[in-house]
Amino acid sequence: MRDFFTVSILVATIASGIRLATPYLLAGLGETIGQRSGVLNLGVDGVMQLSAFFSYWAVLETDNLWLGMVIGLVVGLVMGVIYAVVTVVLKAQQGISGIGIFLFGLGFSDLMFRRQVGTPKPANQLPEIPIPLLSDIPWVGEALFEHSVVTYAAFATVPLLAWMLRSTTFGMNIRAVGENPQAADSLGVSVAWNRTFAILIGNGMAGLAGAALVLELGIFQPNLTNGLGFIAVALVYFGAWRPVGIMSGALLYGLVAAVVLQWKAQGIIPRGASDIAAMAPAVLTILALIILAGRVQAPAALTRPFSRH
Amino acid sequence: MSSQPMLEMRGITKRFPGVIANQDVSFDVSAGEVHTLLGENGAGKSTLMKILFGLYQPDEGEVIWQGAPTTITSPSEAIDAGIGMVHQHFMLVPTLTVAENVALGLASGRRPLTDLGAVSDRIREISEQHGLAVDPSVEVWRLSVGERQRVEIMKALYRDARLLVLDEPTAVLTPQEVDDLFVILRRMTSEGRGLIFISHKLHEVMALSDRITVLRNGRVTGQTVPAESSREQLAEMMVGRAVKLTPDRPDVTRGAARLKVNQLSVQGDRGTLAVENVSFDVFGGEILGIAGVSGNGQREIAEAVAGLRSPVSGSQILFDDENVANLNTKQRRARGLAYVPEERMKDGAVGDFSVSENLILVDHGTDAFTSSSGLFKFDAIKRHCSELVERFAVKTPTIDTQTSNLSGGNIQKVIMARELTAEPTVLIASQPTRGVDIGSAEYIHSQLIAQRARGTATLLISEDLDEVLGLSDRIAVMFDGQIIAIVDADDATREGIGLLMAGVVEPTG
Repeated sequence: MRDFFTVSILVATIASGIRLATPYLLAGLGETIGQRSGVLNLGVDGVMQLSAFFSYWAVLETDNLWLGMVIGLVVGLVMGVIYAVVTVVLKAQQGISGIGIFLFGLGFSDLMFRRQVGTPKPANQLPEIPIPLLSDIPWVGEALFEHSVVTYAAFATVPLLAWMLRSTTFGMNIRAVGENPQAADSLGVSVAWNRTFAILIGNGMAGLAGAALVLELGIFQPNLTNGLGFIAVALVYFGAWRPVGIMSGALLYGLVAAVVLQWKAQGIIPRGASDIAAMAPAVLTILALIILAGRVQAPAALTRPFSRH
Repeated sequence: MSSQPMLEMRGITKRFPGVIANQDVSFDVSAGEVHTLLGENGAGKSTLMKILFGLYQPDEGEVIWQGAPTTITSPSEAIDAGIGMVHQHFMLVPTLTVAENVALGLASGRRPLTDLGAVSDRIREISEQHGLAVDPSVEVWRLSVGERQRVEIMKALYRDARLLVLDEPTAVLTPQEVDDLFVILRRMTSEGRGLIFISHKLHEVMALSDRITVLRNGRVTGQTVPAESSREQLAEMMVGRAVKLTPDRPDVTRGAARLKVNQLSVQGDRGTLAVENVSFDVFGGEILGIAGVSGNGQREIAEAVAGLRSPVSGSQILFDDENVANLNTKQRRARGLAYVPEERMKDGAVGDFSVSENLILVDHGTDAFTSSSGLFKFDAIKRHCSELVERFAVKTPTIDTQTSNLSGGNIQKVIMARELTAEPTVLIASQPTRGVDIGSAEYIHSQLIAQRARGTATLLISEDLDEVLGLSDRIAVMFDGQIIAIVDADDATREGIGLLMAGVVEPTG
């Protein structure tokens, strides 16, 4: 236990926590935008698995990490188009549709992996890019400023999305269609288009989250996400539909996961208990949701398809 | 003022499968005029307005806007043309500020950013010009109902609507707020704007209108001006027969106090006290009316007496001198409680159930309807329900019809039938005629009067001041969770009650 509190291990654990938080953050932020527009997407995990596989496959074949990220984004957007057609155009029940997307993503990524790759092979990983000067700060530099470009981008998105929601017409429209779509519609604000754009942002970010996850690891396996996408949906409630709240939640999860990994490596958690330790995120989710139940207000029109009459 | 009307709807006919919603309806509005559209639910008012806003296209007839035949295909086209609407259910986004609600849907001068500074400045200008006090920076959920309505009018003025449709705008206002609203509306017509006023409150229609057009079953049944008409005549044009607007209340000897409420405090949905230290008695053979603007604790009182909401400890609720505060709803019903809830389709009846299932919703487990082997006695149920449908004049094709297919008035009659057959000692009637047609309302009122004659203690909660004044023996006025006065109905005036509803205890000049 004493070993854990050496500075170098603490710094390494924090750095690893931030790295692990990245996919939660990207997926959670995207889901937040969708939910603010009134659309629940339970399919995040499936989208992440699909994009993770295609991103991995692309990098395996071309060694081009940028291409891998772009493929991840494109897969997310394609799934977004499908989800928008199902929930906005055809007005299907959102919860069930999302579960369908999840199951499709889980099964199809598995199938493609078995057919096209077969056994797990290592692919290129996202390199760490130390930020000049900042990364030279003792301890802090190593913890905060030696990450991949995706991690930096994910955290930079937090203020960007908060500003977008607060100060742009698009953000205002998103909030309006998520709270009272009838009112927005009566003033000529298109509920369908705003929700569709919000879904595309959400799924695009879920796609990036999947790519980030697999390219940090450098290897794919079936059911790679292991429920991470569902935790990201829970994070939206945890973060009270606010980007900064989502970031706090994602960091908490990342750090808890990093501590568990570190303690396992050091033998602080005995081998036999490691499965129990792996439940930490789930337990944390349930506790957080119980504590927050009734204290935060979801967008009023969340999960409700919109039609005029 | 030009002689040509700003809007003319000529010979409008709109058919839906099995229904003619509008048949050869002609209606026009001139600049500077308030033209009232009067009619029951389903008379065709909303269809006509939906045609005006491009939500429906007429099968026959034409819309002439400012002299030119016009086809409007969406609400935003109507807005662009200068036609605005204040909906009965406010079209506001509660989590957005007033300025954001006004700016919604408008092009911003600072794209892609919003330009709330400029919008707020313009709102202040219009506020001043029209005596329309609204603070642009406040989130709408913080506003009172009257303030929200001013935001709706602001939205229309900001878009410079020449013609404004007001759909039941006074439904949720206190009499004072109604007066304020009418001043604002008069100022708008004096600027040459036209107003279409949709309402079923006859004295307001008489007070505000320049002209009145009455619709019934999709047709125009009359056009008149207030000076040549009366409330009774208007009601007759709406319903198609003579209607008694104020029920007769025969003298009844008041019995003992059957419902006593002592020091009742109840928490509201937000966890704060919605009802604070309220005490009152309701006597047998008496109707105690509770007047007040909604949201001042009336709903919580009704739910506490009905056993649906736990009061704060120390509160006492007595039925015939027995404290029932710790009993559940079923136990209270066994002691003579009947409850006609405010939310008809949420708390009063199950929409997906048949009429007969709703009629036995309370008693279905008793020996009368369930045999010893646990099966329904369908013959007994059918007999019982057919009799009730007959006795309470419920208009339904069969007793097996799905309840949600009935009109609001008939659903309310189903609920009344179920609640009143039990011969209650304590009856709570919450908003018994809200959204109900005049004919059904008349019938429901007569049933409440009949209960009074039977010796029932009735607690009548209503936002309709005419209803409270017409039915009650005494009137309790609620404001901010407290009963601020209980007055004898004989001494009560609209104005006096109206001031109390606004929280003014001592009338000021």
